[in-house]
Amino acid sequence: MPSLSDLKREGLLAPQQRPWPRIIVDEVLWSGAATSVAERRMTLLALWGEAGAVHMALLEQATAEVAVISLNCPSGRFPSVGAQHPPALRLERSLHDLFGLEPVGSPDSRPWLDHGQWGVTAPLGANTPSTPQPPYPFLPVDGAGLHQVAVGPVHAGIIEPGHFRFTASGETVVRLEQRLGYVHKGIEGLMSGASLQQGVKLAGRVSGDSTVAYSYAFSLAAEAALELAVPPRAVWLRALLAELERLANHLGDIGAICNDAAFALMLAHCGVLRENVLRAAAIAFGHRLMRDLIVPGGVRRDLGADGRKAIEAALVSIRQQLPALVELYDETASLQDRTVGTGVVSAELVAQYGAGGFVGRGSGRAFDARRQLCYPPYDQLRFEVPVLTEGDVNARVWVRIREVEQSMALIDQLLDNLPAGELLAPLPAIAADGEGIAVVEGFRGDILVWLRLAAGAIARCHLRDPSWFQWPLLEAAIEGNIVADFPLCNKSFNCSYSGPDL
Amino acid sequence: MRDLLFQGLFRRPHTEPAPALDPVAVEQLATSLGELARQRLGRSLSIREVDAGSCNGCELEIHALSNAYYDVERFGIRFVASPRHADVLLVTGPVTKNMRDALKATYEATPSPKWVVALGDCARDGGCFAGSYAVEGGVAAVIPVDLHIPGCPPPPLQILQGLLALLARADAKA
Repeated sequence: MPSLSDLKREGLLAPQQRPWPRIIVDEVLWSGAATSVAERRMTLLALWGEAGAVHMALLEQATAEVAVISLNCPSGRFPSVGAQHPPALRLERSLHDLFGLEPVGSPDSRPWLDHGQWGVTAPLGANTPSTPQPPYPFLPVDGAGLHQVAVGPVHAGIIEPGHFRFTASGETVVRLEQRLGYVHKGIEGLMSGASLQQGVKLAGRVSGDSTVAYSYAFSLAAEAALELAVPPRAVWLRALLAELERLANHLGDIGAICNDAAFALMLAHCGVLRENVLRAAAIAFGHRLMRDLIVPGGVRRDLGADGRKAIEAALVSIRQQLPALVELYDETASLQDRTVGTGVVSAELVAQYGAGGFVGRGSGRAFDARRQLCYPPYDQLRFEVPVLTEGDVNARVWVRIREVEQSMALIDQLLDNLPAGELLAPLPAIAADGEGIAVVEGFRGDILVWLRLAAGAIARCHLRDPSWFQWPLLEAAIEGNIVADFPLCNKSFNCSYSGPDL
Repeated sequence: MRDLLFQGLFRRPHTEPAPALDPVAVEQLATSLGELARQRLGRSLSIREVDAGSCNGCELEIHALSNAYYDVERFGIRFVASPRHADVLLVTGPVTKNMRDALKATYEATPSPKWVVALGDCARDGGCFAGSYAVEGGVAAVIPVDLHIPGCPPPPLQILQGLLALLARADAKA
């Protein structure tokens, strides 16, 4: 089965893609690459389409090399990757819905994003008027005494919409089937033809809790395509923004997970710490969620003395309060009773799905784009990547607690060594062509952005959320647990709906 | 845990004073709240939040309303699990076509008198998602809207100002 270097040797190198190569392959090599992915020689990072072609981003873990392979499919058909490698199934169903390209041999031809409501089919492909769809066929479940619980899309809490179909035997979940796509906004459609300014604004609204990470990844991809160097101060400020975002999300979620185990005290205290970070961000950068600050070329706002002081004060409050909260988490038997051994995901599954973030790192997959792909300024910063192997709710909580500590240490280093100078490099005056790709570690995991520029505007842009490879593992995690533990398991994953629905 | 709870007894609360009412919201509401509605609502609001396609940024700030700094429940405002218990639907997002039917069903399940608050810039007219094949382009395209709270996302204080204006109008002539 081909390795990444075999693919490079045998395929045709596409011009203009940076920093990692894009290789145009034939059907045989495409299927061979799918086999390599299924055999874990490579990790599937993303799979997306455009009119008349499909693309797959691959990571070779041993060498930390990334490449994109492309297959032209003028007939509108391509050999299914999902047939060999189940993690690709939802990606293929989505690209079929958007572009009308057919994965030949796929075991699951049901629609994913297309709920029959758009009025058109293949909106980014042939874009033809649609005919009414039959009701969505959920997977059949047979067995004595089984019953089903249907939840959503509108949930009881303040969360995003999605549908969960539980099949239970008594209290025990036999199978969970997810149906998502409710918040599909057509962002990739809006990207085509947009300017870089509009594009980065949209990218920052793919998943609001990761607005920094998305605008960061988009900007890196755009700068790669334009071969644009970013001023050192902007490079460091971007990492500062990213770490503040990680800190705020982890703090909020640690509290929220405990709250889903009916332990509200943790939520109350963690909620205060999260708010401290957001208020510091508002003082430092003018926006609580730090939206629209990272743009192609650099960052739009500098860090002043007031901002630095506010961030330092927020860190002091966390350092004062968090140890007692961590001790409380660890020593409350009734809370541990809920989180330890609940919602276990095996190391096997996270490796197969290439799951990133705390979901992967709680089950032994030591991947962090900041470390493995080593983008600046993380190549100059000291940090550890905490990894646990238990794979339960407790392990995911602990990974996040350790990451809070790491992020705080990173913020110290960033503030201490922030280079002086410009914030923004001007975009080239000539409307350029080019392709760029970037992977950035958001709080939830690795976010991939690929884009192609034509005459300075975005011709095609794909944004792959980490949750694509985490949602299916939640289906596995809940199996054999009781229905009442679902909120707890779900919160410990905290997958994005808006991110993959796009 | 004992220490934490004990400290809580002696520490000053995090909770901050109530903000002033949002004058724009008061103006908008003057035209939308009927006399009967004001009497029924009294001094409490039960809110059912519906994400109709938001990026989840608005949800983060709605959550923040419940933290110790804002403590929204002290005003009689609470978030409920079912539209059948709600006075207000708080709707975020540009309303995706895939959420249109669910939003309508939620609206119909809410007993009258009821109000709809559209939250965030994209809930007004679709914002940066307007024109997509997959969105309706704002909450008002699907159900009637009584109040719009702008922002991307609006900070908690601004959401609170809007909701308090709704309560004050309702209370004025009760």
